[in-house]
Amino acid sequence: MLTMTDIKKVFRTDVVETHALRDFNLQVDEGEFVAVTGPSGSGKTTFLNIAGLLETFDGGIYQLDGEDVSHFNDKQRSRMRNEKIGFIFQSFNLIPDLDLFDNVDVPLRYRGFNSAERKRRIEQSLETVGLANRMKHLPAQLSGGQQQRVAIARALAGEPRFLLADEPTGNLDSQMATSVMELLKSINDTGTTIIMVTHDPQLAAEAKRNIQVRDGRVSEVDNVMPLKAATA
Amino acid sequence: MFQYYLKLSLKSLRRNPILSALMVTAIALGIGACMTILTVNYVMSSDPIPHKSDKLFYVQLDSWDPYQPAREPNDPPDQITWTDATNLMQEKAAFRQAAMASSNGVIEPADQDSKPYLASMRLTYSDFFSMFDVPFLYGSAWDAAADEQEQLVAVISKATNDRNFGGENSVGQTLRVAGENFRIVGVVDDWQPVPRFYDVTTGAFDDTEEVYLPLALKMPLELPSSGNVNCWKEPDGDGFIAFLQSECVNYQMWVELPSDADKQRYMDFLDNYANQQKALGRFPRPLNNKLSDVMQWMEYNNVVNDDAEVMLWLSFMFLAVCLLNTIGLLLAKFSTKASEIGLRRAVGASRGDLFRQHLVETAMIGLAGGLAGLGLAWLGLRGIEAIFGEFVSKMVHMDTNMIIVALALALVSSILAGLYPTWRACNIAPAGQLKSQ
Ligand SMILES: Nc1ncnc2c1ncn2[C@@H]1O[C@H](COP(=O)(O)OP(=O)(O)O)[C@@H](O)[C@H]1O
Ligand SMILES: [Mg+2]
Repeated sequence: MLTMTDIKKVFRTDVVETHALRDFNLQVDEGEFVAVTGPSGSGKTTFLNIAGLLETFDGGIYQLDGEDVSHFNDKQRSRMRNEKIGFIFQSFNLIPDLDLFDNVDVPLRYRGFNSAERKRRIEQSLETVGLANRMKHLPAQLSGGQQQRVAIARALAGEPRFLLADEPTGNLDSQMATSVMELLKSINDTGTTIIMVTHDPQLAAEAKRNIQVRDGRVSEVDNVMPLKAATA
Repeated sequence: MFQYYLKLSLKSLRRNPILSALMVTAIALGIGACMTILTVNYVMSSDPIPHKSDKLFYVQLDSWDPYQPAREPNDPPDQITWTDATNLMQEKAAFRQAAMASSNGVIEPADQDSKPYLASMRLTYSDFFSMFDVPFLYGSAWDAAADEQEQLVAVISKATNDRNFGGENSVGQTLRVAGENFRIVGVVDDWQPVPRFYDVTTGAFDDTEEVYLPLALKMPLELPSSGNVNCWKEPDGDGFIAFLQSECVNYQMWVELPSDADKQRYMDFLDNYANQQKALGRFPRPLNNKLSDVMQWMEYNNVVNDDAEVMLWLSFMFLAVCLLNTIGLLLAKFSTKASEIGLRRAVGASRGDLFRQHLVETAMIGLAGGLAGLGLAWLGLRGIEAIFGEFVSKMVHMDTNMIIVALALALVSSILAGLYPTWRACNIAPAGQLKSQ
């Protein structure tokens, strides 16, 4: 499903080389809900960006959905992102002057659906996140939790196989965070594979599987439903 | 997808209205300046009589000073003498021919209340009107007999007819010019070739004359010379006739030669004529006669003068400066969109998708700039008209051309300006933009 073997990523600037990932190995199977924890700067975001084809890597083999993606060109990578991957970011990344409908529409436009199909999917995914009655609102008119729901609706609209979330609750208070987490779990229940980076051990504990990244490596893999004490 | 890009571009332009307005203004200024100057150049260099400009030839005879050419390096004078003008006219060696000169005379209106006034005149031959396709409102040209018999006939301009006859058909009426009563045979309709090619020795963009009389009347009526008179030696004696028969040049000569063979024959005729004159002691220089068609003659006389060409280059440079500004503004604008671009990349837009989106956006700015530039060009042309006179108003005829050229220029230049910023925008790394708001 998603297999990383000895993935390396080095950031080079004029003065320093940062080995963000060193021999990163991970396999994620269909339908899993993986929570990724680890100290700040350990390489979690880098891993997620590589997993989501937002960033290239410097060594190793990455197979996504059975395909070796290291030689994909820009167009192939964009298409893969568009069709198979949904992203959720800590800072929502909604486009401020587009209303909710048009925000959810963004990935669908690059998919080439006709307008009826886009409308159906937009309405359905906004329904899923409970914002179907706010379609003509601008992002700024919503609370943070609602904005993150819109971002989730945008990620869901393309019906991706993978949902990649980088600290999706990082900007939310705990109550909103809980409800976003519930939403993610229900999405996972429909079969979508989710990989979520979080620094919140309590949220991580609710995922089916936990991994920890330390110093650019997967340092520890807990199996299904770890004890809270193990990650806290 | 194009529609989607249009919609996004509109939104994007509205997002920073000031930045958008600045870009549109920059392009509009550049396009406005360019189009103004370009149009003036275009009009100056346009073919005033396209359907036969290659069959009409201006005649130059080298009757000049043996010790120096009329014009460097070795060109004959721009005009011919009275003697040669009348000789050539007598031979009738071309399909059509008209010698001519500018003059002026006082018109005394029949209406006692109106004051006499000085009118510009063209003295010429009957072929003038058919050769240059002069349109007639009433009547027609005088005939060849009138030239031969030195009849007192006149063709007048529409303005003259309006002024003296209230715009009525005045053919057959009498007009008092230069102290004589002339019978009016024709009234010319609105006619203003641009440039006024038939006589560029005075001013290529002067108005057409108010009255046309047979050149043959110049001698008996002692009609004055205006325009440029150039002499390489003193007239033999004093008085009007001595001056007329001198080696001073003040006359233009046009011939219509329908075929190359006709042209060759006429050239031979001119050389023959020059040799005859040499036998009579004139034409001391080596044989050097010239026939130039209309556009060659315009070119030779620098009708589009060097100033206008310099202005054209300056205006293109000004456009370039405006475009450099636009590049800066676009860079600023697209940099504010970095996070949106990153997001679009993340959800599946390829570089090509974003390139096209931003190209549409710059094209839209270009189009708006082009339209505004057209407005400015219009104002600029009215300004030039105010300064340089009526000839620019002829440009009404080329409005569609002008619009197409202006918009194409605006589009091409804005897209050129947009290439680098757009390329930068497309190469924004998606990952880097998504972490922080
Ligand atoms: N674009 C970049 N350029 C240089 N260094 C980077 C870049 N992105 C991340 N890094 C470095 O890579 C390491 C891993 O970063 P990151 O994956 O963001 O960590 P985490 O998400 O776990 O906090 C850090 O040392 C960080 O400074
Ligand atoms: Mg991170």
